[in-house]
Amino acid sequence: MTATPSFFTQSSPPGLTGIKAWLLTHDHKRLGLMYLYVVLFWFVVAMVIGLLIRTELMSQGRTIMGPGMYNSLFTLHGVIMIFLFVIPAIPAIFGNFFLPIQLGTDDVFFPRLNLFSWYLFMFGGIFALVALFTGDGFPDTGWTFYVPFSVQNSSNVGLTVSAAFILGMSSMLTGLNFVTTFHRMRDKRMGLMQIPLFTWSLYATAWVQILATPVISITFVLVVMERLLSIGLFDPTRGGDPILYQHLFWMYSHPAVYIMILPGMGVVSEIIPVFSRKSIFGYKAIVWSSMGIAIAGSLVWAHHMYTSGMSDVSVFVFSLLTFLVAIPSAVKVFSWVATMYKGSIEMTPPLLLSLIFIYLFSVGGLTGLVLGAVGTDIHVHDTHFVVAHFHFVMFGGTGFAFLAALHYWWPKMFGVMYPFRSAYIGAVLTAVGFLFHYVPMLILGLQGMPRRYYDYLPQYETGNFLAGFGGYLLCIGLVMMFVNLLASLRHRVPAPADPWGATTLEWRVPSPPPVHNFVDRPEIMDFPYDFRQVGDNSVSQRS
Amino acid sequence: MSYKALAAVLVVLLLLTVVTVAVSYVNLGFFNVPVALGVACLKVTLVLLFFMHLKYEGPIIVFSFIGTVTFLIIMIGFTFWDVAFR
Repeated sequence: MTATPSFFTQSSPPGLTGIKAWLLTHDHKRLGLMYLYVVLFWFVVAMVIGLLIRTELMSQGRTIMGPGMYNSLFTLHGVIMIFLFVIPAIPAIFGNFFLPIQLGTDDVFFPRLNLFSWYLFMFGGIFALVALFTGDGFPDTGWTFYVPFSVQNSSNVGLTVSAAFILGMSSMLTGLNFVTTFHRMRDKRMGLMQIPLFTWSLYATAWVQILATPVISITFVLVVMERLLSIGLFDPTRGGDPILYQHLFWMYSHPAVYIMILPGMGVVSEIIPVFSRKSIFGYKAIVWSSMGIAIAGSLVWAHHMYTSGMSDVSVFVFSLLTFLVAIPSAVKVFSWVATMYKGSIEMTPPLLLSLIFIYLFSVGGLTGLVLGAVGTDIHVHDTHFVVAHFHFVMFGGTGFAFLAALHYWWPKMFGVMYPFRSAYIGAVLTAVGFLFHYVPMLILGLQGMPRRYYDYLPQYETGNFLAGFGGYLLCIGLVMMFVNLLASLRHRVPAPADPWGATTLEWRVPSPPPVHNFVDRPEIMDFPYDFRQVGDNSVSQRS
Repeated sequence: MSYKALAAVLVVLLLLTVVTVAVSYVNLGFFNVPVALGVACLKVTLVLLFFMHLKYEGPIIVFSFIGTVTFLIIMIGFTFWDVAFR
């Protein structure tokens, strides 16, 4: 097996060398890595911006920037984090790399379209950069681009929403590719209930990507048309409806939250059974809850609009639907915990990060219920409570799942192991920093501090200072983890094909995999999480 | 599908277009919009079934299509609903 050349040394299509082998590749694994590099670049940029925002807020009055810059920076932080990091992070990187392998096939159904999606992603990113450095600078509207402000202000809203439009197209094509691959390329012997849960979560996500993304694309086109032609679509004096914009925006942007979190749940569903040495509890329940979240999560968008002037009937219905989404999410959390119960748990960095995920995601979910209930939502609407809730779900959830995925699949992607100690210290620092960062924001929100405000009353200073302090701690932890992983590429401790004793198909191929993934036709197990063959072969025994 | 059958579908579509234009000259009161939408839906169905081959596809494609349309109906329906009760 070790004699098989990896995808790093063989190109697809064959005969390409050097940079061409990357830029013209059809190989889903190379594309996964190309997404990894770009997405990490944007993550670092947005993280630095986030840190600058929190530094500004650490003390009252002007600290390091003026209010105009502050408004642009929180918009930029949101746009980059949402469209260029959280949405593509897990599906585009790990989905591209592992979905075909977990399905027992050699590539996605449309490899060229896959490459095109990457170029669209790059093009969208460059558009965002152009918007930053040309005209009147980056918008200060917040990532939500609400009308009438986004239609009236003079900053580069048009160019920025065009960037988001292009990025949406990239995301949609990736989703289309995954759905088609799932149905048409899957090993014929693999039934629906034999598919790994990560792939199932990507399938559910892909449907949301396909169905919801066109709505935001059309909405952004309407904003551009409104700016250029002043049609009056959202202007009540000319028969338009300003709330229509909010409906259209959240029709995508709420399901987008599930585009962000579902793949993260898929990652955790892979990691927990492997390090519990126990079959996943409630496999079918997790599959159905993924699909349930995708469907129910698409029907709750207007819970962002309780205070907008929407009808009371809609407020009631959307509140009810919001509470329904909590059920499939809780099914998953219960299944993960039940999987660990009486398991033979072995601590590793991916498992630690997954456990942090479960805790932080649960807090994020529960604070979501506070916001889903109309009465409490009106009290904390547009406060720091919302910011903290959102980050608990998106960073505590998806962010930590991303880190867990990175640590879980790193040996497979690059063929090297990494030291656990630095990973543990980095993970703990990040988690502690996270709590210092966002718990004060929950409290500030309950005390009434609004979001997106440049300055605040004296009673909010302690909370803001603590949040800033936590932000620095968080960043130090993240840097430690990334440096640890990057250093492993220099020291090159070779990883075996299956360093964790896992059961899904990606661990049946060499690390890193060959260009066509499988040298021989893989054996498809009756159940993807059957650990009887792996036994008690622990990480410490193997290394 | 033979060219003859495709041509027949095309003729039916053209006839339905004539019907759409013709009924626009007749005042049907409340039924003005339902009739126009009904004819449009019939035309869309013919295009989907025959020109876009939905009639000959497997259950996954059909299910995917129905799911997509249902999703769209819900999105538009919920938004209209808000306006109706505002």
